[in-house]
Amino acid sequence: MIPTVYRVSERSVEYPGTFTLKLEAENPEPDKLPMRFAPGQFNMLYAFGVGESAISFSGLGSDDGNLIHTIRAQGNVTRALERLKAGESLGVRGPFGIGWPLHATVGREVLIIAGGLGLAPLRPVIYAGLLGHLAAIRVRLFYGARRPSELLYREELAQWGQQLNLEISVDHGDGTWPGHIGVITDPLQAAQIDGANSVAFLCGPEIMMRFCIQVLLRKGVPASSIYLSMERNMKCAIGLCGHCQWGPNFICKDGPVFCYEDIRPWLQIRSL
Amino acid sequence: MDYRLQASDLECLIQAIRNKGYLLYGPTLIDGAITYGEIHSVSNLPQGWTDDQQAGQYRVMRRGDKAYFGYAVGPHSWKKYLQLPRRPVWKVAKQNQAIEIIEVQETVPKQAFLGVRSCELHAIAIQDRILSQGDYRNESYRQRRAQLFTVALNCTSAADTCFCTSMNTGPEVTLPSDLTMTEMIEGREHFFVISGGSEAGTKIMEKLPLRPISEGERKLAKERVERLAEEMRRGPRHFDSSDLKELLYRNLDSSNWEKVADRCLSCANCTMACPTCFCSTVEDTTDLSGEHAERWERWDSCFTADLSHISGGSVRADTRSRYRQWMTHKLASWHDQFDSSGCVGCGRCITWCPVGIDLTEEVRTIRALDQKQVRNQEKP
Repeated sequence: MIPTVYRVSERSVEYPGTFTLKLEAENPEPDKLPMRFAPGQFNMLYAFGVGESAISFSGLGSDDGNLIHTIRAQGNVTRALERLKAGESLGVRGPFGIGWPLHATVGREVLIIAGGLGLAPLRPVIYAGLLGHLAAIRVRLFYGARRPSELLYREELAQWGQQLNLEISVDHGDGTWPGHIGVITDPLQAAQIDGANSVAFLCGPEIMMRFCIQVLLRKGVPASSIYLSMERNMKCAIGLCGHCQWGPNFICKDGPVFCYEDIRPWLQIRSL
Repeated sequence: MDYRLQASDLECLIQAIRNKGYLLYGPTLIDGAITYGEIHSVSNLPQGWTDDQQAGQYRVMRRGDKAYFGYAVGPHSWKKYLQLPRRPVWKVAKQNQAIEIIEVQETVPKQAFLGVRSCELHAIAIQDRILSQGDYRNESYRQRRAQLFTVALNCTSAADTCFCTSMNTGPEVTLPSDLTMTEMIEGREHFFVISGGSEAGTKIMEKLPLRPISEGERKLAKERVERLAEEMRRGPRHFDSSDLKELLYRNLDSSNWEKVADRCLSCANCTMACPTCFCSTVEDTTDLSGEHAERWERWDSCFTADLSHISGGSVRADTRSRYRQWMTHKLASWHDQFDSSGCVGCGRCITWCPVGIDLTEEVRTIRALDQKQVRNQEKP
């Protein structure tokens, strides 16, 4: 399975080391439909000669075929992707994996809980909510970041604050930060939540998700209504290379989004 | 239908297969071990050799007879011809800002394997389910597998490290094979009992100087295999594998993992020797001009730190977690993933472990600890 060549059409820096790329197919074939994806799925992005990295979709699925990916420069591949300028090419394979179960939001309150870069795979769900594509009662976003300068999608966050119930928490304030300082479990704990009628989507560091799940369970959100996106090393993205195994699961094809009820025993085992 | 092929006519079989355009591979003595290599004639086979295998030990030695297949499996498995240890996947050309990615098209040879043991047929069937029968396929594997011709061999002797009876994968060949043979040495008589299992197999048999087999000889061959199975069931490495998944799933925090980790070198030998281990990784390279790049796929192992590396570091940073991953994957989670065990009882991981870690012994230890725990819980 070989990548399709895309070109960087726009590049923006979220904060130093974290950036968002807009990609367009280099030679769109007239008979080939633009890539369709489900929120929570991911692509493998290939940087010439360096390798591939699994990056989730952060944009709105639209018919123009453009793809939006938010990436943190962390390893060799993502650093090479960071060096790409507008007009330069990269390879794209995808979409892969199982995304967020949007059908589970019908008639429910949707709790979107994101930590750090974990907001990126959840942005398509937020868009779907804002556009009225979810038949949810309301959408609430709990977003935790390290510091105010490391918040993603800042302009949008300001808008979202008007449109949905938004709680932001930072680990370290900067002296002017008016909001909550501490872990995201605090605002989650303080929130009035109708547990039985809520569905939660979580993405962030595993430790943050573990603690948030404990809060959600205490608030009466059933294990079957909690969904989380997991991260492991992915090489092939199609269940053949064995890298992303987690207990009986292959994160790439059985996930990355899992229902907590299904994976509860595995989440408790360290270094699995 | 069973026939008799004189041992002196084994060459006819080899040449009949080669004449059909197959690249024939089989056991051959290289560097003091019986490995798999190309077979041009019967002289390439390790006739009159056998092996002594123990945990962490392998020696070849002379037999007292002229048996062609009088040994158990060696360090290599057939997977090296089906899931290639290293293969090119794609090439990329870069010009100015544009890149072009081209899939590497492989010319796949028609391959035949001579002397495939029952455990190895099971191993191939297991790899089939992973690499060529899912939603996504390893195309190189699929093509090689589709054209494969196999000559299977019933085992009439086993190494001390063999435990196929525990995994229900041998010693008798029960899976389909183009041809299946049993080697028989009775006094001065040396022959093969041979039967066809496919049209391709029958066509090869038509080229051979076969003789009808007597009912007595046929029964004797069957008895030899059954006798071995009985011996193995009484042997020290036989165990009940029916509940291994549940046993290991409830013992992911067993104290035994630390004990194994004290000995395990995390060297990955067991995964390289294993006929079902399928993990692979990719290598991306560029040339000096910076205008050409390649991607290669190669075998990988769950014993490396790299395999589980994510942005925060290795998920399995220590040997304890890597050995646990390997063994629980092989014996437990494989069932959930691919509807069978990932172990065929060939014993390679035992023989080729440099410190002699024995999977069957680890199973027994974990079971003993598990039973102790259950007994303690039952006490008032």
